[in-house]
Amino acid sequence: MMKNRVIIVRNLVKRFGKFIANDNLSFEVYEGEIFGFLGANGAGKTTALRILSGLSEPTSGEVIVAGFDAKKQPEQIKKNIGYMCQKFSLYEDLTAKENIMLYGGIYGMSKTLIKERTDELLDKLNFREYGDRLISDLPLGLKQKLALSVAVLHEPKIVFLDEPTGGVDPITRRQFWEMIYETAYRGITVFVTTHYMDEAEYCDRISIMSDGKIVALDTPAELKRQYNAKSVEEVFIKIARPKP
Amino acid sequence: MQKIIEASDISKRFGETQALKDISFSVNESEIFGFIGPDGAGKTTLFRIITTLLLPDDGEMKVLGMDSKTEFKELRKNIGYMPGRFSLYQDLSVEENLNFYATVFGTTVKENYDLISDIYSHIEPFKKRLAGNLSGGMKQKLALSCALIHKPKLLVLDEPTTGVDAVSRSEFWEMLKKLKQYKITIIVSTPYMDEAMRCDRVALIQNGKILSIDNPEKIKQGYSRKLFSAKAPEKYKLIDALRKYPETITAYPFGDSVHVTFTGDKYDSSIYTYLGKLGINDAVISVTEAGIEDRFLELMNKAE
Amino acid sequence: MKRFLGFVKKEFLHIFRDFRTLIILFGIPTAQILIFGFVVSTDIKDAKVAFLDLSKDEVTQKISDKICSSGFFRRAGDLENYDEIDLVMKKGKAKAVVVFGANFGVDLISQNKATMSIIADGSEPNTATLITNYLTAIVTDFNREFAGSSLSDNLLVQPEVRMFYNPEMKGHFMFVPGVITLILTLICALMTSITITKEKEFGTMEVLLVSPLKPLQIILGKVTPYFLLSFINVIFILLLSFFVFDLPVKGSLVLLLAESMLYILMSLSFGILISAISKTIQQAIFISFLGLMLPTILLSGFIFPLENMPEAYDWVSAFLPPRYFIVIIKNIMIKGTGFLYVWKETLILMIMTTLFIGLSVRNFKLRLQ
Repeated sequence: MMKNRVIIVRNLVKRFGKFIANDNLSFEVYEGEIFGFLGANGAGKTTALRILSGLSEPTSGEVIVAGFDAKKQPEQIKKNIGYMCQKFSLYEDLTAKENIMLYGGIYGMSKTLIKERTDELLDKLNFREYGDRLISDLPLGLKQKLALSVAVLHEPKIVFLDEPTGGVDPITRRQFWEMIYETAYRGITVFVTTHYMDEAEYCDRISIMSDGKIVALDTPAELKRQYNAKSVEEVFIKIARPKP
Repeated sequence: MQKIIEASDISKRFGETQALKDISFSVNESEIFGFIGPDGAGKTTLFRIITTLLLPDDGEMKVLGMDSKTEFKELRKNIGYMPGRFSLYQDLSVEENLNFYATVFGTTVKENYDLISDIYSHIEPFKKRLAGNLSGGMKQKLALSCALIHKPKLLVLDEPTTGVDAVSRSEFWEMLKKLKQYKITIIVSTPYMDEAMRCDRVALIQNGKILSIDNPEKIKQGYSRKLFSAKAPEKYKLIDALRKYPETITAYPFGDSVHVTFTGDKYDSSIYTYLGKLGINDAVISVTEAGIEDRFLELMNKAE
Repeated sequence: MKRFLGFVKKEFLHIFRDFRTLIILFGIPTAQILIFGFVVSTDIKDAKVAFLDLSKDEVTQKISDKICSSGFFRRAGDLENYDEIDLVMKKGKAKAVVVFGANFGVDLISQNKATMSIIADGSEPNTATLITNYLTAIVTDFNREFAGSSLSDNLLVQPEVRMFYNPEMKGHFMFVPGVITLILTLICALMTSITITKEKEFGTMEVLLVSPLKPLQIILGKVTPYFLLSFINVIFILLLSFFVFDLPVKGSLVLLLAESMLYILMSLSFGILISAISKTIQQAIFISFLGLMLPTILLSGFIFPLENMPEAYDWVSAFLPPRYFIVIIKNIMIKGTGFLYVWKETLILMIMTTLFIGLSVRNFKLRLQ
């Protein structure tokens, strides 16, 4: 079965002056997949993520996200993706409901649809009692779950998660990954960037970036087998030695 | 053996939040003692009490035989402290940072160079570079060098590996191990469960309470049930199905598999039939060894 | 001591490495002096002057011709009586009126002394100042000619300057004392509070606290570089105003510098106090601006004369240290008065300084909150 490709990247290069942030990247991401994008800080993940989400233009190469060209149709891409990072996704001084309304409005959803989804979402997360509370008063774990729900509120084709689960307790983290699994099960492709190697174990496939290049790309199990390593972390240590 | 830290019934509250609740523990000389717990568990508060930066509301904290409340001046001279966000001056160079901390602690880089040479040699080629322009791993090494420069008896490292790449993290732990030969006691906090295995002893901490203190191997062995690992391509369906299976006690995703416990610590082939009915035909279930994270989960569930 | 010096060295590194700090330290004072000096006070050329000559003799004729032929002034007409003065000014027909009293020439010859008045439109203080200065200079020149080559100390013709609409000419070179005050407040209070809160925000304060450095050493180490730099700044501003605007310090320079040191000390301790209460740099900037910069600019007599303020504001301004410092330097610099005339203000500043130092040392925590 030929899987649908939702992200196609061919020979992507991004330069900042003399500095090459992304050096000839090529990869594909399939529909409904959980794709881990790993690398140390400064390896070029953020640059690539910006290009994929239509925020930045590639210097050269072809980037197609959700069927749209990142160079020519960045606005179309933005409509078809969701984005969440741990820190900045929700407004701390708004309530949970207000945040949901806000994002629904930004993505042009109708009032009734927003209302319907809000109720659905609050029920699903057992969130009823928290709906009218300020985000700043919520525990970290709940914030994360809400942030993910908001990011996929408009049913995007792809959701980008930027370092989503740093520092949470093991139970919350598992609950969060279950949510990610569920999101993928619904057909939304999940693209996770992280430098926490243990998060990589949860992904369907991972790519490892180092110095602007992709140095490995496969399923975690296959990479571990190839490099004869017990964990993705070991794989990473074996192949990605970061520069100072 | 001399006790480097003796904490008894330490409590600390910030307004409504109870940051620490009756925490007691002791740390032995030359030990690497880890506090493992998520953000907000109380690790930083505890470390600030140890380093005399905060006073506990209740309880007694003895560090290096001194009371952290009354003898803090003397105590401060003997502690090397590396706070959560590496305490470096971003606009000073590597060399200037190190020299500054040396002067502040009344010593020189030369005097204790042998102690830090192992660590500092990694960054010495970049000594003219501003600290703000270093990578996470380099910053971490510089911060460690700065914390060690006055040859403290106790090294307090608050989340030294957060935000640092895997290679640097593993190097960092190697360095800590080497410091043992100088009889430096190290307490370190981390949100990463896997780093627990690198410590001599660890305390699992959650919501301001210590769930367990022991050497990491023993903590793992404390897992009370037999743990099974289940794998199938469709993880979401698998978890959902396992949760609904009547014999299941717990089911959590764990990397590429699902960690499950069953009543009676066993399962029979009927589970495959059950899963098959739900459309999961290629599931594989096997016995697995509980990790420290599994034990943490178990303790957390018990605590609730 | 070595620790302390190491700390001071580090502070200097911070300052000289940050382009923005350097700009605030030296760019802003220069810019302000130049802006206030050049832009605000426009050059005069062909300013309209009317004459009210009640004497109409040879001497008055000579003086008015001299004024009109100077190139700076243009005769806007001759007035018949005092009532017309207000009229021509209101209509904007003249920026100034020169009045010669009756028997001007006779008095000058018989008593060697005569009085003339220069009435200027004070609604534009800077222009008015310039006009009266120029007019006075021309008259002085006339005196010299009149008395032959020998320079006489007592003016033969004494111009009496009066301002319409703003009788005491509050704008008169107020900008130099004002700028000095503003700069000192800015550098000392704002910069100190920022540099200390920066250590808090970046977490370096935690390690400093744990180190054997005493709190006093930390504070002094932070403050010393700014103390020196502010002092250099004062000298810099004085030199600038002397060389660019010919504005000398009329009174005692030593006294002026000593008073500046006192004010610097006051601002520094205020800065430390700000940093003790604020947790982030943003907060520190906010408090400095709201609590110090705005009042300095608005309420201390720098721009708006204190006399014109409603009483309530006057009360508020009584608590603002810059108000007193402006009076002090104005007196020393422009009026040339001695310590006897500023002791009250100095005492108030001293009391405030002691208060702030006390408060900031008390508020500087040995531990975190």
